[in-house]
Amino acid sequence: MITLEKSSEDKIAIVNVTRRSFLQGALSASAFVLCVGKSSLFARAAANGAHPATTPATLSIDATAFHPGVFLGIQPDGTVLIVAHRTEMGNGVRTSLPRIIADELDADWSRVEVIQGDGDERYGSQDTDGSHSVREFFDTLREAGATARLMLIRAAAQQWGVPEAQCVGDPVHVVSHKGSNRTLGYGELAALAAKQPLPKKEELKLKSPSEWRYIGKPAPGYDVTDVCAGKPLFGMDVRVDGMLYAAIAHPPVLGGKVKSVDDSATLKVKGVKQTIPIDPFTPPHQFQPLGGIAVVADNTWSAFKGRDQLKIAWDNGAHAVYNSSDYKKQLQETARQPGKAVHTIGDPDAEFSKGGKVIEAEYYAPHLAHASMEPPVAVADVKGEKVTVWSPTQNPQGVQEEVAKKLGLKKENVTCHVTFLGGGFGRKSKPDYAVEAAVLSQKTGKPVKVVWSREDDIKFDYFHSVAAMYIKATVDDKGLPKAWLQRSVFPSISSTFDKDAVYGSDGEMSLGWNVIPFDVPNFRSENGKAVNHVRIGWLRSVANIYHAFAVQTFANELAYAAGRDPYDYLLALIGPGHTIDIKQPPDVAAKYPYDTTRLRHVAELAANKANWGKRKSGNGWGMGIAVHRSFLTYVASVVEVEVDKSGAVRIPNVYTAVDAGIVANPDMVRSQFQGAAVFGTSLARTGEITATNGVIDQSNFHDYAVARMNDAPVNVDVEIVESTAPPAGVGEPGVPPFAPALCNAIYAATGKRVRELPLTRNGFA
Amino acid sequence: MVHLKVNGSAQTFDGDPEMPLLWYLRDILGLTGTKYGCGMGLCGACTVLENGKAIRSCATQLKQVEAHEITTIEGISAHGSHTVQKAWAEVNVPQCGYCQTGQIMQAISLLSTKPHPRDADIDDEMSGNICRCGTYQRIRAAIKLAAKERV
Repeated sequence: MITLEKSSEDKIAIVNVTRRSFLQGALSASAFVLCVGKSSLFARAAANGAHPATTPATLSIDATAFHPGVFLGIQPDGTVLIVAHRTEMGNGVRTSLPRIIADELDADWSRVEVIQGDGDERYGSQDTDGSHSVREFFDTLREAGATARLMLIRAAAQQWGVPEAQCVGDPVHVVSHKGSNRTLGYGELAALAAKQPLPKKEELKLKSPSEWRYIGKPAPGYDVTDVCAGKPLFGMDVRVDGMLYAAIAHPPVLGGKVKSVDDSATLKVKGVKQTIPIDPFTPPHQFQPLGGIAVVADNTWSAFKGRDQLKIAWDNGAHAVYNSSDYKKQLQETARQPGKAVHTIGDPDAEFSKGGKVIEAEYYAPHLAHASMEPPVAVADVKGEKVTVWSPTQNPQGVQEEVAKKLGLKKENVTCHVTFLGGGFGRKSKPDYAVEAAVLSQKTGKPVKVVWSREDDIKFDYFHSVAAMYIKATVDDKGLPKAWLQRSVFPSISSTFDKDAVYGSDGEMSLGWNVIPFDVPNFRSENGKAVNHVRIGWLRSVANIYHAFAVQTFANELAYAAGRDPYDYLLALIGPGHTIDIKQPPDVAAKYPYDTTRLRHVAELAANKANWGKRKSGNGWGMGIAVHRSFLTYVASVVEVEVDKSGAVRIPNVYTAVDAGIVANPDMVRSQFQGAAVFGTSLARTGEITATNGVIDQSNFHDYAVARMNDAPVNVDVEIVESTAPPAGVGEPGVPPFAPALCNAIYAATGKRVRELPLTRNGFA
Repeated sequence: MVHLKVNGSAQTFDGDPEMPLLWYLRDILGLTGTKYGCGMGLCGACTVLENGKAIRSCATQLKQVEAHEITTIEGISAHGSHTVQKAWAEVNVPQCGYCQTGQIMQAISLLSTKPHPRDADIDDEMSGNICRCGTYQRIRAAIKLAAKERV
């Protein structure tokens, strides 16, 4: 028996589902289950067969089970079950999302058990990217908690035969009667609560921020003890009975094909079972497997060793022309020529034609690899028409779609259990590796675990784009720009989905390029053509990385050209603050107007915290500042550097100020911005992927170095603005301002301007 | 035939003696708390203790640990109750958590020889362990907390 409230706009509806219809085992028949789903009709098996670590040990949920959108249930013993439907990859969503529900529910957090949701379109978007999780689901989760709480209160009122108004959910996990000393626990009320009609949205009483007990309060990670105990939480840890292990020799060049293969030595390796060809993709590559030869074995090591013994002759195809040094020149040449106008304010050409002082500069940033600590990995078990996949994925519905497409099955027949991710950073939104596992399981008739080595991960990534940028400005007698022109040229992520795409997408242009947050009366942004030769994908903060690097470095150059302090000059560029039109969709612009007052405020906070201007820069010491808004969050970073005679850069302090609106869990936000400074250090200091004849030159952490403890920032101070504005993103926005702030600091310390990343290209280390 | 002790239990293995200890622990014994990160001893995700001292299990062949005593993250406590694990939880170090078992094993090794490490000691000992999420600041704090708690 299901009651359904479907809103006309197909928005998220809250549904009271009688547990008998879909929950067995985990919840007794008297449990109270409330689920929230996008037109969610009923629930489907969730935890059955799921990775044990992501399902609480105390539960054994039967297959007929539930499929909630964002789900909560209350067991007769009072345990509150909440489904985290988004992916945990260090972003803290298994803590922050359930705590939003628990807050409005007035649940005792220690009695909440979090269950990881499988892939299912009835959840709405599960694609955990774009720093969306809290901001997109904040209202929905609060309503879910408040709905359940009201139903519990009504159940208590009914049981006691007293007016609802005399009952309160107080203090936690119980309903109390004001007129007497009676209380009933949530567990005791579960059965009766389930019989209450679903309240209308207008009946819900959401808390005021001052009443929040969890939202905005720091909390440790829900899983921190299990993580530190080494429990089998990750995709790499999945073990299924009868499972085989596979390593794949991928074509060294994108689009390459196997001409011939000699696997005789491979088949002699102990533990190797067989080799299996994987078809090359049909362009565009999208999320299809790259193709190649798979080596299937009874353990990972034998699969790797067997792969090393393959003798394959490759047809490298058209992308073998790709050489990074030549390509760089092409991008730079394109950036020097007029491009496609993205956005124009005033008449920059007229202003430039008046003559006067012109300042121009070129910037360049190379490809980057994600290099998550856990390389791509997936287990698939194909049984006839049904497939079960266990995978660390940011995009479980994408896994369902791609596996179904490749195997010619129905999407609903593909179950995707989401494990913890050992890092994602955008790489694990692309499910090519899960499709590989499914193909191999179908061919072998056994569950197969595909394990990418670190070399696979680095060489066959969906790379962050290489980009060349050109900026010029003409300035008035105070050194402030009267006109500003900027061009950006990079192979677009669109090329992953459209083989003929040569321009940046609107989305990429909106990432720090179409409009700048400065008071400039005449402005034009442009974009030039570039052809891709590798798979291009999104990486933590995406095009904001190179765009913020160019714009924020150029602003710093203008400051010095004007003979002004870079921080004071930056404030002058931002101006007193007002709302600017950055071409956001109307609904986003209404909820999240770009208010440069907030940008100015974070700049002031970071500079104050850093004691900006108190010490004179030079002689190997300096501070740099940069500001950037991305994923709706305003960030300022001040980076302090010490540079020795050999060019070795030490970063003793980073001061970051963040205005992300309401934050769910400030400690997680602090972690994200501490981590973003380290991620920024990696890309700025050493991050560079290059290709020779279409083959990626780097392969592991010796030639694709990432920041270690001894070269990461020592101390990252994170100041979070207290705000009642709607929640914004926090996973990515810390990254973009870091590299320009660092490079501006290096200029202050040494007088050497970095216009090309990484630092190792500039004599620094 | 290789003989070794893992978390106090005697084990024998008659497979490829060149198999890295990492894959033996993970695929053969099912001790998946020890992680694969690079296969070249570059990242430290696979760190275990050999006779009490941190080693990289991905770059250690089974034949090299003949008769040695190996301790993995599963062997230091049943439910994360080791002082170092508790300090890690107290500071809320992990983000994704994948590298943290290796970091914890490295920290245990450090504290066994330097119970009160200075910042430079911590940097020296821990810089072989990569954390891509960038939790280094909290790792340093957790090590200091663990050092204090051990007194």
